[in-house]
Amino acid sequence: MAKELKLMKGNEAIARAMIASGTDGYFGYPITPQSEVMETLMAEKPWETTGMVVLQAESELASINMVYGGAATGKKVATSSSSPGISLMQEGLTYLAGAEIPCVIMNAMRGGPGLGTIQPAQSDYFQSVKGGGHGDYQLYTIAPSSVQEMYDFVFDAWDIAFKYRNPVLILTDGAIGQCMEKCYTRDYIPRWTEEERRQHAPWGTWGKPATRSHNIITSLELESSRQEVFNQKLQAKYREMEEKEVRFEALNCEDADYIFVAYGTSARICMKSMELARAKGLKVGLLRLITLYPFPKKQIAELAKKVKGMLCVEMSAGQMIEDVKLAANCSIPIEHYGRFGGIIPSPEEVLEAMEKEIIK
Amino acid sequence: MANLDIVKPENLVYTKTKVLTDNVMHYCPGCGHGTAHRIIAEVIDEMGIQDKTIGVSPVGCSVLAYNYFDVDFQEAAHGRAPAVATAIKRLNPDCFVFTYQGDGDLAAIGTAETLHAANRGENITMVFINNGIYGMTGGQMAPTTLVGMKSATTPYGRRVDLNGYPLRITELLATLPGTYYVTRQSVHTPGNVRKAKAAIRKAFENQKLNKGLSFVEICSSCNSGWKMTPVQANKWMEENMFPNYPLGDIKVDGKLCENITAERLVLDHPLTVVNK
Ligand SMILES: Cc1ncc(C[n+]2csc(CCOP(=O)(O)OP(=O)(O)O)c2C)c(N)n1
Ligand code: SF4
Ligand SMILES: [Mg+2]
Repeated sequence: MAKELKLMKGNEAIARAMIASGTDGYFGYPITPQSEVMETLMAEKPWETTGMVVLQAESELASINMVYGGAATGKKVATSSSSPGISLMQEGLTYLAGAEIPCVIMNAMRGGPGLGTIQPAQSDYFQSVKGGGHGDYQLYTIAPSSVQEMYDFVFDAWDIAFKYRNPVLILTDGAIGQCMEKCYTRDYIPRWTEEERRQHAPWGTWGKPATRSHNIITSLELESSRQEVFNQKLQAKYREMEEKEVRFEALNCEDADYIFVAYGTSARICMKSMELARAKGLKVGLLRLITLYPFPKKQIAELAKKVKGMLCVEMSAGQMIEDVKLAANCSIPIEHYGRFGGIIPSPEEVLEAMEKEIIK
Repeated sequence: MANLDIVKPENLVYTKTKVLTDNVMHYCPGCGHGTAHRIIAEVIDEMGIQDKTIGVSPVGCSVLAYNYFDVDFQEAAHGRAPAVATAIKRLNPDCFVFTYQGDGDLAAIGTAETLHAANRGENITMVFINNGIYGMTGGQMAPTTLVGMKSATTPYGRRVDLNGYPLRITELLATLPGTYYVTRQSVHTPGNVRKAKAAIRKAFENQKLNKGLSFVEICSSCNSGWKMTPVQANKWMEENMFPNYPLGDIKVDGKLCENITAERLVLDHPLTVVNK
């Protein structure tokens, strides 16, 4: 597939972007609202065109460990799931982070806790950016808010994953996964040749030639002093990401008295709420977070010096707001507005919350 | 001193394979893991596939196997090696991929991964070290612990009414069409080491045929966990483990062996054993 303008679902965009970005393998397990990712891949049969391997695993435990095995050989390997499945993957994710294996995981969040609902939610924020698994680790977490970004962020995710040898989480929700929008596709990037794989992943387990010592993929270090040094190295890598890889979009923030802070579907709703506010003469802006980890701390701190208040909008009981408050040092009024259990708030109710809670 | 005179190339009858590193193994003296490592490494060496072999060893006493095998190696989470190996092989079909797993790993926490890798007929080799116990964590009950056998979590012996039956996962896997070679071996005598090595060789050679999973169980002693001397442990294994886990091929070239009757597969009256 070359450059085209197509109408597609967010989940389909993820699948098509995987093929187009030279992904070597996808391993998944069905779960609503993202099963179209694997369904699209199976229908497209990329193993006949690009040579990409696609396999339905017996569980998310298996699929994330297949990602571990395949990606540790230096290939581009991805998976996708939704909240309950991502919970099951947490062990695998901390192993991937601990062994520094680049890979891409997509979570189309649905409402919880437990089996919850199949409707969209944003209640896995803590799990995503605070380390849902054990140990001090971070996933580079990027939140698309359109089908186009679902597509584009797969390409970006590979760059980041290999640049930092770190798993990348594309954190979206059922609404973006399911909604159909126009999307510009890109020219195919061919899968890496054997030589390119070895260049990009000299650490990979692709078979030890006589010219190098054996490559070992592990997250085990029984000597505590060495484990501490390793942890320091990981932390240095995370600090570098925080320095260089923060992404956000500031809309109408220059003259704003009040701003919404939101990501993904909530950010889309806030755009409309912002328009409604401006039509009423209220100087409202929107800080749309694109990376959730690294978190745009500096930008929020700067904005907190200029605006009178912030409303954090999230389809959760209030998770992201904790990081916003920390970044702003609670120097101005910051409140949360959210619906949950699969309910998407309307732009009107979001604006009403802004007027009631912040503008007053 | 005088012995040095005989150290000449023409007198050399055995050398350590170059596929094993010189790192000092952490295994207890008398443990079967070390011997099992050696024969796998020798097979890799003899087949000339060191540059194409990728090993996977999950949590268990053999979690540090990567320090001993001089091939590219991945450590895996507890139980997940078959899933890890599945993807390695599918993405690198020209490589020889093997897992090396304990009984707790393969037949308890990783049962689903084991069964499904076998059922998909993944073209990999799985080496299964059955010592009837959780060696690494200090000798707790494993799915393979024998009825009556004492362990840290069955201090009065395994009871069927409480703990269920010992799981003979090897026989179970042999019934799946996805397995091409299934065998049970041991490494406690020189003769058994030779047989086990031949089995490992076959299990690796089979990867060239692409006909399904090759599974080699090695019934192995854990003298520390069993609280016996190495010699006692070997004797105890012969007397108690082997009747419950009979040695020999179960399935060869995709067909159940002639002596593997339905009764032999099921063995529904596990023998009760006694240990200290
Ligand atoms: C998720 C998880 N649960 C538990 C453990 C603790 N653990 C480490 S090894 C082991 C048992 C290993 O026994 P086995 O697979 O039989 O190997 P052996 O040590 O006997 O060779 C357990 C329970 C772990 N590392 N990870
Ligand atoms: S505890 Fe048992 S299995 Fe582990 S090294 Fe010692 S003897 Fe071997
Ligand atoms: Mg064991």
